[in-house]
Amino acid sequence: MLSLQRITKTFGGVTALEDISFNVESGAITGVIGPNGAGKTTLFNIATGLYSQDTGDVYLGGQNISRLPPERLARLGMIRTFQNVELFGQMTVLENVMVGLHTKSKSGIFSCAFKLPGQIREEKTIHRRALKWLEYTGITDLAGMTAGSLPFGKGRLLEIARALASEPRIILMDEPAAGLNSRETMGLAGLIKKIRTSGITIVLVEHDMELVMDVCDTVVVLNLGHKLAEGTPRDIQENPEVIAAYLGDG
Amino acid sequence: MTKSQRDIIIFTAFGLAVMITPLLLRGNYLLNVFVFIGINTMLAVALNLLLGFAGQISLGHAAFFGLGAYISGILTTRYAFDPWMAMVAAALCVGVIAFIIGFPILKLKGHYLAMATLGFGIIVYIIFNETVDWTGGPSGMSGIPNLSLGPIIFDSYMTNYYLIWVFTLLTMLLSVNLANSRIGRALRAIHDSEVAARVMGVNVRLLKVQIFTVSALISALAGSLYAHTMTFIAPASFGFNFSVELVTMVIIGGLGSIYGSFLGAAILTLLPEFLRVFHDFDIVIYGLLLIVMTIFMPGGLIGGFEALAAAINRRKEA
Amino acid sequence: MENSDQIIQYLLSGLSNGSIYALIGFGFAIIYNATGIINFAQGEFVMLGGMLTIFFLNVFRLPLITAIALAVGVSTAIGIVFERLAIRPLKNASPLSLVIITIGASILIRGAAMLVWGKDTHALPPFSGNDPLYLMGATMLPQNLWIFALTAVIIIASKLFFHYTIFGKAMRACAFNSQAASLVGISVKTMVLLSFMISSAIGSLAGIIIAPLTMTSYDMGIMLGLKGFCAAIIGGMSSGLGTVIGGLLLGILESLGAGLISSGYKDAIAFIILLIILFLRPEGVFGKKETERV
Ligand SMILES: Nc1ncnc2c1ncn2[C@@H]1O[C@H](COP(=O)(O)OP(=O)(O)O)[C@@H](O)[C@H]1O
Ligand SMILES: [Mg+2]
Repeated sequence: MLSLQRITKTFGGVTALEDISFNVESGAITGVIGPNGAGKTTLFNIATGLYSQDTGDVYLGGQNISRLPPERLARLGMIRTFQNVELFGQMTVLENVMVGLHTKSKSGIFSCAFKLPGQIREEKTIHRRALKWLEYTGITDLAGMTAGSLPFGKGRLLEIARALASEPRIILMDEPAAGLNSRETMGLAGLIKKIRTSGITIVLVEHDMELVMDVCDTVVVLNLGHKLAEGTPRDIQENPEVIAAYLGDG
Repeated sequence: MTKSQRDIIIFTAFGLAVMITPLLLRGNYLLNVFVFIGINTMLAVALNLLLGFAGQISLGHAAFFGLGAYISGILTTRYAFDPWMAMVAAALCVGVIAFIIGFPILKLKGHYLAMATLGFGIIVYIIFNETVDWTGGPSGMSGIPNLSLGPIIFDSYMTNYYLIWVFTLLTMLLSVNLANSRIGRALRAIHDSEVAARVMGVNVRLLKVQIFTVSALISALAGSLYAHTMTFIAPASFGFNFSVELVTMVIIGGLGSIYGSFLGAAILTLLPEFLRVFHDFDIVIYGLLLIVMTIFMPGGLIGGFEALAAAINRRKEA
Repeated sequence: MENSDQIIQYLLSGLSNGSIYALIGFGFAIIYNATGIINFAQGEFVMLGGMLTIFFLNVFRLPLITAIALAVGVSTAIGIVFERLAIRPLKNASPLSLVIITIGASILIRGAAMLVWGKDTHALPPFSGNDPLYLMGATMLPQNLWIFALTAVIIIASKLFFHYTIFGKAMRACAFNSQAASLVGISVKTMVLLSFMISSAIGSLAGIIIAPLTMTSYDMGIMLGLKGFCAAIIGGMSSGLGTVIGGLLLGILESLGAGLISSGYKDAIAFIILLIILFLRPEGVFGKKETERV
């Protein structure tokens, strides 16, 4: 589904990623782990077109997407969430999810301003579908709240709901469990499995090892911009290099 | 009652109030002030689309207003254009200009965007002053014809009032519609998080330029209306100070609130009239208002009212 | 030779205006580096410098040097008040609110100046007479020399300050990484305040040394401020020398443009340069590119 090939990225003098390659299997959950500063977020930023890599290529379903901007990738069915939760803070929860449906609708400025019949119909569909995704993620009761005033855990769920609303083929989640309590994390694990069951490919950056081991089919380990290992969760857990990297990190 | 039903009711009530106001006003002086409130509302709403919705500042909007006025003025006085045709031409011209400069300008953010739009505004202002053969220079341009519709000529305070307010109400209605649509949400999304908006598939760059263009086009229309109702224009009305005044209107009323823009425009138009006794005090007050509102009432007056209403509701429930 | 004399004349007046732009640009850069804010009120301190000096000179009949010292003192005090009342209350403000606040402050200061001193233009007598000096066929006023000398002194002094004093080093540390700076015990708040003090002081000095040449009025700050900003933009908002070169370059281009093309468009030149730079190289001619963090 998603294939990264020989990605290298430097910031000034710092090499954030060096010669990283791996494939994400369609329909699977791929975990990306590694200590802080390993380059995981940078990898996501490159895959989703926010940063451009120095060298290397990214393929989505066989198409080279290396130079495409994020808004194009959303249309191609790749969507992500952010480590530092990027909600539309002044909009309501429902409106946030409605923005998620942006790629699923097409009315322009003109038809919106003049409320042409097609736009009214489309608006109804957007509303209905957005409600469906709130229900799917279990935050329907928050629909009218301002997103900026949500508790952290709910914000994470809203980000996932908003991402799902665009009906992606693949979703990249950057530390979705960070800041959640154990009950919320369990709920998240359930949600992630449910999303996979619906046929969406998932890439998961996560520090919570229990969660990673529970849901992932494959795990890629990064350390200081290098790929340290790749394999099943069980292989990774027993890999001495990985253990060393984590212990070394403290 | 759904949100869109509520919108319709509020708009109808507001529109009716606007329509009967002249019947209650005594004297041409007040009527004329209300004509100005109409023009300023139109401009503030236009700027609000850019500033309040998309969160992109423009300190050069007076330039678009002025370009609309001058293009209309020049086409009618020199080339014998029909005023309506001149108005359409002015709006289109300015729309095209805004679209072209929009791409490089809106690549900039925050302070740099403010400076670039300001620079654009000042350049245009200097052009108004210097191209004396075309614009009459600092002393202005007179003899711009009035608009007319069949037997009605828009040359009295009363006719001007209705002319201006029909356009203003239309601008408000379309903006309210836009606010609660896919595009309105995408714009507000840009305001809150540009990266997230892009990742959700919003073509941020294009949408910013589009709304900038629409905003400039409406401002040009307002300028053209201004030229044809006043029949005289001079560069002083289109300088940096007026750009800042427009921003003040939007901020005072509340970023993103259409009726707030009306409130802001009304207050800033009336203020100098009330302060006539303390001539020149208005500018100091604008400055204070900008600072105080931004620090203490970032939602503007409308935001303030809403917060107040919410607080009262909570009190009632408790 | 008529023509080349003319050019030299333009260059001279361009350099002299350019020095002023450089000083004002310095003020912008100092605040920007400490806070990330572009202070739209910067130009008003230039106006305050000139107006206050004239005020102390004419109303209190103080000697020039005392009047200047007082004017710089009062401007700096106003800078402090501005920072305390309008900037400090805003924590984590968006650039939009900061733009609006500083514009508000600029209007407020300008309006207050107009109420106090009226709309007339005022003249400050030159520091040392009006007898022109001759240089390579061009004439120059002693005031031009004052401008060059004082600009050089101010810029060298601030370089020394930033590199050799504990406060200056602390400010640079803050500009580089305010979080790290506060971890090692530097008070970021103090540094922000200090940046406002220094830049209002430099701004007012610029206003004082130019006042004898240009006449001073309550609204002179807008244009000068904007041109100073233009100088700072050319300099990339950070490198000290870049801003100086930016200011001088702007001054020369402007003066040549006004002399050789059209004086009516003199003010437009700075803004056209500004737009070109912002469009082509938003990070400035001497600045470097950075990737926004997500
Ligand atoms: N926009 C940026 N500018 C400069 N350096 C960056 C930027 N983004 C990331 N880095 C650097 O790249 C490295 C990897 O960071 P990141 O991808 O955030 O790691 P992780 O998500 O694994 O914790 C770090 O050293 C970080 O400082
Ligand atoms: Mg990360």
